Amino acid sequence: MLTLRYEVPGDDFTRAGEASSDVKRKLKQLGYNPEAIRKVAIAMYEGEINMVIHAGGGEAIVDIDPRQVHVVLRDHGPGIPDVEKAMQEGWSTAPDNVRNLGFGAGMGLPNIKKYTDEFRIDTAVGEGTTLTMTVFA
Amino acid sequence: MTVNEVVRILNARVLVEGDMEAEIKTACGSDMMSDVLAFVKDQALLLTGLCNPQVIRTAEMMDMRCVVFVRGKGVDEAILRLAQDRDIIVLQTDYRMFTACGLLFEGGLRGECEQA
Repeated sequence: MLTLRYEVPGDDFTRAGEASSDVKRKLKQLGYNPEAIRKVAIAMYEGEINMVIHAGGGEAIVDIDPRQVHVVLRDHGPGIPDVEKAMQEGWSTAPDNVRNLGFGAGMGLPNIKKYTDEFRIDTAVGEGTTLTMTVFA
Repeated sequence: MTVNEVVRILNARVLVEGDMEAEIKTACGSDMMSDVLAFVKDQALLLTGLCNPQVIRTAEMMDMRCVVFVRGKGVDEAILRLAQDRDIIVLQTDYRMFTACGLLFEGGLRGECEQA
């Protein structure tokens, strides 16, 4: 089992995705199945972007073993008041400047659900959000 | 078609080189990266009017070979460096999105996106 930890900086949109990119390269080096790699990369990347847009950054912990990749993304942002709404395609609270960057279309969480085999959101308003996702090899 | 053919059809400038004889079968055009991440499957080429490093990151996550910036938009050094590092070809065309997509479609490229 390999565990990777990353700080996701909250103040630099241009760097969002560095952790996902690194995980993708490590999985390639490990000879992981390409479809699983892509699913992990996309889901984690959407999560990372969310952390930067909404939560001022956070941390990512990735556990890799031959059967599955387990990703935990934890932030101390504002939390999600209505998770059900947030899971709806097209529902977004992102400001216009984020939309101008190509995100904030309300596809982030639905995309994560779509590309993962297991996905859980733990969130508390004013405390933060933790996304836990698993992709099977 | 090959990347070289894309260059010819779009009268494009090559900003970051790569395997220019690589075969491109399908493409996708969008300024919304979340839509690209949601609906695209196995497309090798992304056409976009959006100019920031997340375009390259999105292409990287999706295993795309080539990004075409439409409308002759200025592409900064940070974007080019990232593309180079990730082995993603970058082209720039003066055509607008609709025309660029149309020309490539006419040339035989297809979308193959899941229907939304």
